[in-house]
Amino acid sequence: MTDLVEVIDLRVTADGVDGSETEIVKGVSFTLRKGEVMALIGESGSGKTTIALSLLGYAREGCRLSGGTVRVDDIQVLSLNNAQLHKLRGRTVAYIAQCAAAAFNPSKRLMEQVIEAALIHGLMNRAQARERAIELFEALALPNPKTIGERYPHQVSGGQLQRVMAAMALITDPVLIILDEPTTALDVTTQIEVLRTFKKVMRERGISAVYVSHDLAVVAQMADQILVLKSGSVREASTIDQVLLAPTDIYTRELMQAAQPPNVTQSLFVKPMQNALLQISGLTAGYGDKDSQGLPAIKVLYDINIDLHRGQSIGIIGESGSGKSTLARSIAGLLPAARGELIFGGQRLPGILSKRTPEQFRQIQLVHQNADTALNPSQSIAQILSRPLQIYRRMSRVQQQKRVMELLDLVQLPASVISRYPSELSGGQKQRVNLARALAAEPSVILCDEVTSALDTVVGAAIVALLIELRRELGLSYLFISHDISTVKELCDEVVVLYAGHQVEVGSRQTLSRGPLHPYTDLLTRSVPQMRRHWLDDQPVPVWNTVPLPPGSDPAVLCTFRNRCPAHIKGVCDTIAPPLKRFPQGNLVLCHRSAEDLARMQYHQPWVSQGETV
Amino acid sequence: MSQDNATSQRPAEDTLRQPKKKSVRRPVSAMIGALLVLFWLFVAAFGNFLAPFDPSDMVSQDIFASYSGTHMLGTDFLGRDMLSRILDGARYSVGLALISTVLACLTGVTLGLLAVLSNTWVDEAVSRIMDALISMPSKMLALVLVSVFGSSVPLLIIMAVLAYSPGCFRICRSLALNIAQMEYVLVARSRGESRFYIAAREMLPNMMGPILSDFGMRFVFSVLLLSGMSFLGLGVQLPAADLGSLVRENISGLSQGVPAVLWPAISLGTLTIGVNLLIDSLSARHRRGF
Repeated sequence: MTDLVEVIDLRVTADGVDGSETEIVKGVSFTLRKGEVMALIGESGSGKTTIALSLLGYAREGCRLSGGTVRVDDIQVLSLNNAQLHKLRGRTVAYIAQCAAAAFNPSKRLMEQVIEAALIHGLMNRAQARERAIELFEALALPNPKTIGERYPHQVSGGQLQRVMAAMALITDPVLIILDEPTTALDVTTQIEVLRTFKKVMRERGISAVYVSHDLAVVAQMADQILVLKSGSVREASTIDQVLLAPTDIYTRELMQAAQPPNVTQSLFVKPMQNALLQISGLTAGYGDKDSQGLPAIKVLYDINIDLHRGQSIGIIGESGSGKSTLARSIAGLLPAARGELIFGGQRLPGILSKRTPEQFRQIQLVHQNADTALNPSQSIAQILSRPLQIYRRMSRVQQQKRVMELLDLVQLPASVISRYPSELSGGQKQRVNLARALAAEPSVILCDEVTSALDTVVGAAIVALLIELRRELGLSYLFISHDISTVKELCDEVVVLYAGHQVEVGSRQTLSRGPLHPYTDLLTRSVPQMRRHWLDDQPVPVWNTVPLPPGSDPAVLCTFRNRCPAHIKGVCDTIAPPLKRFPQGNLVLCHRSAEDLARMQYHQPWVSQGETV
Repeated sequence: MSQDNATSQRPAEDTLRQPKKKSVRRPVSAMIGALLVLFWLFVAAFGNFLAPFDPSDMVSQDIFASYSGTHMLGTDFLGRDMLSRILDGARYSVGLALISTVLACLTGVTLGLLAVLSNTWVDEAVSRIMDALISMPSKMLALVLVSVFGSSVPLLIIMAVLAYSPGCFRICRSLALNIAQMEYVLVARSRGESRFYIAAREMLPNMMGPILSDFGMRFVFSVLLLSGMSFLGLGVQLPAADLGSLVRENISGLSQGVPAVLWPAISLGTLTIGVNLLIDSLSARHRRGF
C-alpha cells in the first residue's frame, strides 16, 4: 500500500445515440505515490479529462466506466454506490476545473461557496470553516484574505478566482486533488502567478495531485510523473525528467517539438518604397456613449499608429483586455473609430460598414478566433465557401464549385468535407474552413484574430505553417493578433505590443528576441513557460507599485504599466507622460527609461529559450 | 511538422465525426404526440368526406342518444349525428387555429428580425407597440373586438394574430439579438451582405428550433382561444360549428354524461395534448444539440 492511487486497466465507453459504442479510454493503468504530482498530457480528445474524472467515480453524460479498477487510498472508487460517491467527492478527492468563471455560482458570495464542501461533509462548523478558508486565502497569496470571501465571483480577477477555487478544493484536506487545465484560460503573466502559488501550497502541504494539461512546459514545472495520452491510450509513462531529456515515444517528441519556441530567423521582408497598403494613424476607439468631444465612455485603444505594407505581416500582442480584438473590429468596420484615420490603398477607409465599397469589403478579410461561432452551423461547407465567390466575384455555379475545390486544396482539406456541416469537423478543420472563406475573397489583407488560440498545440502549429505558406504563395499581408509571443515571432516581420490600449513597443521580430525591451514586453516574454524543470522557481516575483499618485498628475496620460513595472522610477513615472523613444536596435518604446538602463536590468534575467541564439 | 495533422494523422473516428442525425431514438411520448397531430390534421383535411351523415341534418328521432351502430358517437340535442358534427367541427378548430398561428408567427418573426437588424428607433417603435398589445389580455381584446365588429371568420383570425404575434415577436427578437452577435453574422456583415440576406440565410435557420416549439405552443393557445370564444357563442357562428360550439350546444346533456358533450371535449383535449407532446420532443431534441 505504498501507492496512494492505483488505476488498473481503466476503460471508459461512450454510447452513441444510435446505440453504437466507442471506447474512449482504452485500458489505462498508472500509480501515484503520496505527495507526488502526476501529469496527464495530450491533445483534446485524448481522454485526459475523462481519466481524471474517473478518479471521482464520475463519467460524463453518455459515457460509462466500463472496466478496470480505480483505487484511491484504500477506497475502490468504481464499486461505490451513489451515497458513498457523495462522501468521496470533495472530501477524499477534490476537483479544480479549467474555467473558474463557469465553476462559481455568480449569485453567491465566494466564502459561502468555499466553505460549502466542509459543511456538507460535516467536518467543521461554520466559524471554523471560515477561519480555515481565510488561512487558505493567505496561503494562496490572495489580496485582502480577510475580506475577499465577502465578494462575488465577478468582483475578482480570473487569476484570483482560480486561486479561490483551489481554496475551495483544499478546505476539506482531500487525499487527492485533480487540477483540470487550471491555467489554460489565463494570460501568461497571470498564469505564472497562479502556478507559483499552486506549487508553493502543494509543496508545503505535501499534496498529491493529478494535473491535466496540454502544455508540456507548464507540466514540467508542476509534475513529478507524466503520462502522455493519445486517443485514450498511454503513449509514454515515466518521470518528468526522463520525458524532458529523452522522450522515447514519437508522439511525445512531436508534442515537445510543437511546444518548442520556433527559431527566430531573419525576416526576409523588405519594406517597399511606396506608401503602406493599410495605414492606421492616431486610432482611438472604445465602447459606450460618446461625450461632447466624441470620445467613447470606455476607451479601449489610444492613439494607435501602424503601417502595414503589401506582403508584410504584423503581429499584435498583449494580454486579454489590451484592445487587440477591438483593433481588428475597428479595421474591419464593425466598430467606428472615435479619432484617427484608416487609409487603405491610398484611399480613406470609412469607419462604418455602410459607407465602404464592395471592393473594400473584399480586400480586407477578418478571420475570427473561434471557428465554432464563425461558421454558420446550419450551412454546409460548400455553402459557406461559395457565398463570397458569389457576392464578390459573381461566379457561376460551375465556377463556384471548381473554385471551392481549389480553396479546400489550398487549406489542405480533403474534398470530401464539401457536403459536411461545421459540427461534423474537428477544431483544426473548422479553422481551415474559416481561413478558406477569407481566401475565397482573394483579399490583400487578412486580419487574423487569435486564430490558433482555441486549438491544440500540434494543430495550431500546422495552421501557422499553413499561414506562412499561403503568404509566400499569394503575397498576402497579415495583421496577426495573438497573446502568444512565440507564434507571433514565428510568423510576423514586425510586432506591436499593446498594453491597456497603448502601443508600448514596436519592433521587428529579431529585435524583439534581443533586449533591451519595454518592461512589459520583457515581462510578457519571460512569462512564457519554458520546457525545463525549475524554470518557475527562477522567475522573479512580480512587483506591485501601489504608491498613491502625487497631487497634480493626470492618470490619463501616465504610463499604464507603471503599477506593475519593475523599472518604475518614483517621481517620474507617476508624474509625467512617458516619451516615445527609438532604441539603438530599432525598437520604438514608450518608456522613461533609457535603453542602457533597461538593458542592464533585463540582463540579470536572461530569457534565452532553447534553440535560440543571442 | 509541416505535414497536415488535421487530415492525415488524426485517428479515423476523430477525422470526420459521423453525422448525428440518423436514427435518433425518439421517446414514446413523441410518437404518440406525432400520431395525434397527424390524426387531427387528417380529420381537418378530409373529415367532410368521411362523415357518414350531413352534419346539419336531424337524422335521428332520439336526442342525446348513446353509442349505437348507426350513430357511433350518439346524437346531439337536435338528433344530429355527433361523429359527423365532430368531423366537420374539427375543420374549423384546426383550420382557423392553424391559419391564425401561421399568420401570427410570420408577423412576429418578421417584425422581430426587422427590429434587430434596423436602427434603434425602429426597434424602439416596434417593441413599444408590441408591448402595448401584449399588455391587453387576449380574451378581453377578443370580446371587445367581437362586440364592436360582430363575429366573423376573418375577424377571429385577426383577433388571434393580434393576441399572439407580440409573444412570438418577443421570443424572436431575443433569439435574433443573441444570434446577431455571433461571429458568422459579423462575417456576413463585413462581407457587405444585405439585411435581408443576413436575416433569411444566416439568422433564421439557426432560430428555427425555438420558433417551431413556440409555434406549437401558440397553436394550442389559438385552439383554446377560438374554442373558448365559440363556447361563449362569440366565435364561429351557426350553422357552422367548431369543437367549442359543440360543447356549448350540448352542455345541457352534461348532467347525464352523454357522449355528445363528452366527445367534443375529448377531441379538444387530444388535439392540444398531442401538439404539446410533439413540441416537447422537438425542443428536447434541440437541447441535445440537434
